[in-house]
Amino acid sequence: MSQDFRLDNIGMVNRNKKISFTFNGKKYFGYEGDTIASALIANGVHLVGRSFKYHRPRGFFGVGVDEPYAILQLERNNERDPNIRATEQEIFEGLEVKSVNCWPSVNFDIGAINNFLKMFFPAGFYYKTFMWPPSFWYKIYEPFIRMAAGFGEASIKHDKERYEHKYEYCDLLITGSGPSGLASAYAAAKNGARVILAEDKPRYGGSLLTSDVNIGNQTGAEWSEKIITELKSMSNVIVKNRSQVFGYYDHNMLVMSERISDHLPKTQKYMPKQRLWYIRAKEVLISSGSIERPLVFGNNDTPGVMLSSAAKEYMKVYGVLVGKKPLIFTNNDSGYETAIEFKKNGVNPLILDTRKEPFSDIITEAKNLGIEIKFSHVVVAAKGYKKVKSADIAKISDNKKDLSNIENIECDCICVSGFWTPSIHLASQSGNKSEFNEKIDAFIPKKSKQKENTIGSANGKFTLEETINEAFDKGYEVSNKITENNNKVSIPTVVEKKSSEHDKFWCVPLPKGKSYKRFLDFQNDVAVTDIELALREGFRSIEHVKRYTTLGMATDQGKTSNLNGLQLVSDIENKVVPQVGHTTFRPPYTPVSIGVIVGREVGKHSKPTRKSPMHEWHEKNNAVFVDAGVWLRPRYYKQGNETLFEASKREAKNVRKNVGICDVTTLGKIDVKGPDAAEFLNRVYTNAWLKLPVGKARYGVMLREDGIVMDDGTTTRISENHYHMTTTTAQAANVLSHLEYYLQLVWPELNVNVVSTTEQWAGAAIAGPNSRALLMKLFPNSDVSNEGLPFMGYKEGDLFGTPAKIYRISFSGELAYEVNVESDYGNFMWEKIIEVGKEFQIQPYGTEALSTLRIEMGHVAGSELDGRTIPHDASLEGLVSKKKDFIGKRSLSRSAFTKPDREKIVGVVPLDKTTSIPEGSYIVKDPKAKLPNPKLGHVSASCWSVEYDNPFSLAIIKDGKNMIGQKLFAMSPLKNKTIPVEIVSSHYVDPEGKRVRA
Amino acid sequence: MLYIFCPHCGSRSQNEFAYGGDATVKRPELNKEISDQEWNNFVYLRKSPRGKHLELWHHISGCRQWIKVERDTSTHEIFKTYRADELTE
Repeated sequence: MSQDFRLDNIGMVNRNKKISFTFNGKKYFGYEGDTIASALIANGVHLVGRSFKYHRPRGFFGVGVDEPYAILQLERNNERDPNIRATEQEIFEGLEVKSVNCWPSVNFDIGAINNFLKMFFPAGFYYKTFMWPPSFWYKIYEPFIRMAAGFGEASIKHDKERYEHKYEYCDLLITGSGPSGLASAYAAAKNGARVILAEDKPRYGGSLLTSDVNIGNQTGAEWSEKIITELKSMSNVIVKNRSQVFGYYDHNMLVMSERISDHLPKTQKYMPKQRLWYIRAKEVLISSGSIERPLVFGNNDTPGVMLSSAAKEYMKVYGVLVGKKPLIFTNNDSGYETAIEFKKNGVNPLILDTRKEPFSDIITEAKNLGIEIKFSHVVVAAKGYKKVKSADIAKISDNKKDLSNIENIECDCICVSGFWTPSIHLASQSGNKSEFNEKIDAFIPKKSKQKENTIGSANGKFTLEETINEAFDKGYEVSNKITENNNKVSIPTVVEKKSSEHDKFWCVPLPKGKSYKRFLDFQNDVAVTDIELALREGFRSIEHVKRYTTLGMATDQGKTSNLNGLQLVSDIENKVVPQVGHTTFRPPYTPVSIGVIVGREVGKHSKPTRKSPMHEWHEKNNAVFVDAGVWLRPRYYKQGNETLFEASKREAKNVRKNVGICDVTTLGKIDVKGPDAAEFLNRVYTNAWLKLPVGKARYGVMLREDGIVMDDGTTTRISENHYHMTTTTAQAANVLSHLEYYLQLVWPELNVNVVSTTEQWAGAAIAGPNSRALLMKLFPNSDVSNEGLPFMGYKEGDLFGTPAKIYRISFSGELAYEVNVESDYGNFMWEKIIEVGKEFQIQPYGTEALSTLRIEMGHVAGSELDGRTIPHDASLEGLVSKKKDFIGKRSLSRSAFTKPDREKIVGVVPLDKTTSIPEGSYIVKDPKAKLPNPKLGHVSASCWSVEYDNPFSLAIIKDGKNMIGQKLFAMSPLKNKTIPVEIVSSHYVDPEGKRVRA
Repeated sequence: MLYIFCPHCGSRSQNEFAYGGDATVKRPELNKEISDQEWNNFVYLRKSPRGKHLELWHHISGCRQWIKVERDTSTHEIFKTYRADELTE
């Protein structure tokens, strides 16, 4: 199709670069710099979608971020991007977009039947219409409504695009590069401030690009070009286009999304699609401008009805005519600027002005150009279904209540202007209250809450001279406060046309006998009648009216509809707008892609992966890994076709029979140093620590102040004032914070320092009856005999030239050692142990075998120390000192913790010795008891005992001590299993602990 | 996101810190006989004032020092920050 609506000698698009794209499968041409909207309008396309509720035809209403209609779905590199505003998305070669919310096509949409069933879709229809019979809701009504609703379809494929995050600090952030943004940025930058200037559009200049003004003897566009060029060349200024500051958070933190390659056909390698900026600004100037308000009349949602400022921008920026027979419907002078622009481009507009006798330079200019103007006239209703074909217009009485002389006139577009609404969203997000300004019939920010000021038309300043002067002053003032420099730039002279006052009139009454839909919210199909109904039904608070009618709740967040909605509510209620108040503005100001919020933190990057120095060896030896917090640990080492069950059984058996090696690098390790270290440990752990000799380790339990077990582990006295503490993998970070808390805040008099050494040491547990023989070969120069290195002993050794620390501690219940070397030597240590251990039938074992070994020994771990157990429950009461005080001790004497039938850990064996008990099962007396079946406790961990070759579990049950020998039942409603069990001691294997001391 | 002045490191973003609760709570001395009620007050009872509040923050991704922050819980205004060993007003 040829570009019938493209003008020849106007606009800023690059005519030398033709670009083809497809819309709903059809190919169109535009130019570089076009948006989808401008290119489609150039091609005469005005029907791009269907409305949310009634599926009425939708065209273009605005030219930017406020667009309520033209929401499209973008297809790109086989990816789908929903919720794209056609007025913002620039075209590129090969771009594919399609309409949403219509089926089978935008031209013929089945859903449009809703338009004729309007009576079923009043305000709050989802609470009323589809209520009966109730069973129909899930099966029929909801699926139908869901299919009919929504703006596009998200891709279910993994988004391969790259999104980034960036943190930036500046003296002054300026949001918007219109006249006030440019002037204040220039003044502040020249005064030495570090400035970030953000513009959401591709082109800088805002209203200067389209208004007929003169600054310092240059046109607005020329002046903005000059300023922006100079700003870009300054090292203290960051200028960003296609960047929307969408959120204003606490302590002057603002968030901006930069669209880096959305307008490019293909992202280059390493080039992100979008970038999220976290900006911490010392000061903020909000220069986000204002958005034109629509006027409300019959069928005002027909394609071809649009904002007059949008029509002007399509002409001046894109060189595109929105129509060839335009009707301008205005209550202020802005409509005249659009009319004059039409006239200059050879099109004859007709102006309908609601005012009776306005007078200003611009009206005179329009008259002199021969533009036809009808004063005291309004559009009653637009005619035409998929595009405006004509309009019923009428004369309106002075009291604005009565219509007369209704006539139909031909037109192909209706450009409306109901004056301007300042964009106070960011100021409001910052915490500002707003105040209603009678002069402009809109809210403006009141008092700054954070370090921010709103300037220009966002602050209700609608003349350029006022705006420029204020912006230069503010830019200087704010920068002076930060930099204390005094470089003031001179303010250029401004030439503009003086405007006359606007008319407060905004909603055309219905002529007798007509029931035209007059829309307020164009995206959510909220009409005047919906608001009237909500108020009749008793809704009063504007927040309730909003939620009931969905006014302003669409993706455009009511940028064009909010104020008219408030006007209507206050008119009906006989109030004034400030009495009604407005709804809360919340971030984001515009829709933001989930991708850019998530950034690089996707998949494996969502959290760091920690690997031990031996990780590669594990990989090479067929380890199957498991997540342990952020660590990756070998769960088992697969041989042939082994299952997890078979492999872990083999590994555990080998530990009991020969010797095994397990990577224990992940254990938390903390160095505790200082003259008061022993005293500190004595307060942190429940057991006594003052008499632990150098070269000995001790198992310790630490509590929270509420008496619950926090963590357990061994701590070794390396030298007089140096202890090596180990924690569980999961609690390592918490324990360090816990220790720091007590040292810094509670007992600062203790001379102790703590530091994490988890990453500094690689650890290998060597466990099994052959472990000493192996150790003797590994450390031929050290005495590692039972006398030389007794149970809970510690010694330094030399592992083939590498300094090593040998701890005789055991988690498996076997004769066992842990060898630590510096992380860099971890792999060397591991390979040496495997090599030397061959003759002792050494095998590596993973966390599954590790669990089996500790469970059948009755050693507690995270599944027992689950944040609900006190030492008694885990049979650790023997480690609780009666003599000394420690963290959490006082809690242990509380009545609930000293009850005689308090829960205690026990062992559980199925009577048939074959059925494994699911973890989490309840232990009950009578499986057939009435529900809820009183439970005695739960199964915390299960394994297959390699010692006895039958299933074995640990459970924490009421009065556990006295339950031993009883026959009870383990019930798992989840797995639908009831298993008869016998309660036994939790120390299933080697209850006397002979092996570890052997 | 709050911007917290760490007395050791300078102003840092909130995501470097972990919140540590009420800073006015004082742990009973070791080995001191106290009633269940007193202990209960120390372990569980916290005021949750609207307005000025002295709270603990741990500069967990920075210097690892616990600091005291005087903050308005409704406006998030931070009036003053203190080192752990500093006396508060």
